[in-house]
Amino acid sequence: MSAPSTKPPSEETTMAKSVDGETYGQFVRRQFSKHTLGVVSVWIVAVLAIVAITADFLANDKPIICSHQGRVQFPIFKQYGVSLGIAEWDREYVTVDWKELQYDWSLFPPVPYAPETTDKTLVSLKDRAPSAAHWLGTDDIGRDVMAGLIHGSRYALSIGFIAMGIALVIGIILGAMAGFFGGTIDVVISRIIEIVITIPRFFLIITIVAMVEQGSLWLIMVLIGLTGWTNIARFMRGEVLRVRNLDYVSAATALGYSTPRIILRHVVPNAIAPVLIYAAFGIVSTILLESALSFLGFGVPPTVVTWGSVLFKARSSTYSWWLAVFPGAMIFLTVSAFNLIGDALRDATDPRLRS
Amino acid sequence: MSSVLLEVKNLKVHFPVYGGVFQRRVAEVKAVDGVSFTMHRGETLGLVGESGCGKTTVGRAIVNVLRHVSHDVHLEGEVNYVSPEGTKTNLLELRSKDLMAYRKRIQMIFQDPYSSLNSRLSVKQIIAEPIEIHRPEMSKSEVDDRVRWLLEKVGLQPEYALRFPHEFSGGQRQRIGIARALATNPELIVCDEPVSALDVSVQAQVINLMEDLQQEFGLSYLFVAHDLSVVYHISKRIAVMYLGNIVEIGDSDDVYFRPSHPYTRALISAVPEPDPLRKDKQRIVLVGDIPTPLNKPSGCGFRTRCPLAVASCAERVPELVVKAGGTAVACPVVE
Repeated sequence: MSAPSTKPPSEETTMAKSVDGETYGQFVRRQFSKHTLGVVSVWIVAVLAIVAITADFLANDKPIICSHQGRVQFPIFKQYGVSLGIAEWDREYVTVDWKELQYDWSLFPPVPYAPETTDKTLVSLKDRAPSAAHWLGTDDIGRDVMAGLIHGSRYALSIGFIAMGIALVIGIILGAMAGFFGGTIDVVISRIIEIVITIPRFFLIITIVAMVEQGSLWLIMVLIGLTGWTNIARFMRGEVLRVRNLDYVSAATALGYSTPRIILRHVVPNAIAPVLIYAAFGIVSTILLESALSFLGFGVPPTVVTWGSVLFKARSSTYSWWLAVFPGAMIFLTVSAFNLIGDALRDATDPRLRS
Repeated sequence: MSSVLLEVKNLKVHFPVYGGVFQRRVAEVKAVDGVSFTMHRGETLGLVGESGCGKTTVGRAIVNVLRHVSHDVHLEGEVNYVSPEGTKTNLLELRSKDLMAYRKRIQMIFQDPYSSLNSRLSVKQIIAEPIEIHRPEMSKSEVDDRVRWLLEKVGLQPEYALRFPHEFSGGQRQRIGIARALATNPELIVCDEPVSALDVSVQAQVINLMEDLQQEFGLSYLFVAHDLSVVYHISKRIAVMYLGNIVEIGDSDDVYFRPSHPYTRALISAVPEPDPLRKDKQRIVLVGDIPTPLNKPSGCGFRTRCPLAVASCAERVPELVVKAGGTAVACPVVE
């Protein structure tokens, strides 16, 4: 090897622009951290996610740990085993009401109600209002609202992420194909997008849920996902069209890279950021859509408690303000958090704001 | 004279234009309309012309990337790669699999150093990728060594390999682009305005680098540019394009100091004169605008602005005719 054919030019020392070895991801993270509301929102969503994951330990009618008749037990963990089919309740516990048992000692979750347990001691409206026993009150059949909201966060987040995930997969694949290949493929995909976009989503989902006898959460997620990919696909198509004409894609072609390699390594990673930002807003509309469906009574089965279905109860119990205010506040908080995250992400990736 | 490397014969590139309710093909942009030239091994051919004359398109046709930009581009003519043994292969007719073997011999450097590098990949990934694809037998450490070696060759510190493109200046990025093009051991590099986006001081550095690399690796350059003084500096021969055709091609001294074609004369007269005491220089100012390649004038494309145009110019497209000095000129009017 011979020595370098030219001396390093003077520009090298003066022009290094930013921190050494910073990837694009690190750069975006640094920009994002400057957006206070965005950071707060990330924490809100993180707390929500933790609440959703640990919902069984925050609100449950079984004790976390207890000693009954001299045996130390972990009923909530046991319940997981039973649900998975790897354990079985002892005969005496199958139909037992865990609250009635006499324990040597026990530790209950902070909200000692499951979302579906009904407190039959409550008769009047006044009994069902927020109180020391039921912090956020109960609905008309005595189900604890706090427990419902805690467990409802599971549904809200999983609907948001899973439905959006389905929409993202479909939208990114179709949009990238339309943008990259152009021609007939583009025409066909663009027409499909236009057809799907004209279908009134809300009424389609109501119709299908009404026709299916056993509505389920999964059905709703899949329906929302299958109808919600059109904007993502259009976004992706536009971005891919832009990126495809950049010189490094020509360079990749001239270097003989295969088409899948060009699409997956060179085009999609550079086109996907704005699409993912859109997805943050998409999660919002998904959560709202589920709440709206449940509010109208077309959503999940009545035994499942979601934020929307608690709101639904508020329609028939006009004076139970807590049934409207608390789930409404949760929806508002979550939706705002995702919106702010989307805003912050958009600012962080905006090339015009780069310093 | 050294052996022929590339032979472009009657190359035509037409882009369709769609319009109307049903997006039907309503017209064609004749970006390149019958261009022929040959390139020799180790030679630099400068290709000059104003914006929109099709010089970049010629370069992109040679590296065969036009179909990726426009799926229904109409390509005609031949771009023959001539091996040292003399076998010709028309690159335009090859399917992508067969093209692979030739891709590595013809590479490209781009004008805009900002859009020519994938900002998501590190410098090392950018330069290693072509090596991994064209030399799959190389081990990881061999590829690493070669990346470091290439970085040194283009005047960058090997330690920069782990950085990302946005950390570099335009000149440094252009060097990275050159290293990527060199990674496959090419014989010909199409340089599409490689320095016009750079500062003048950096331009000189990059031009010198390119000349050094040419010496060391025996590269041929097709140097596409609009800056005549840069092209004159680096090129052995110069081809002048106007509206999709070559109007004059010859040794750079002949074209630069003794231009024949009226368009070349006007072009050369527009080069700024650095010596303030020389005031005798005649400036030929062309009237009118360049016609649209959508609707080219009949016959000679330049006749609408040509000071020497006669009636017969409208009849047919003039062919390149070799004149006394060895320069080929596409104008029957001038001697």
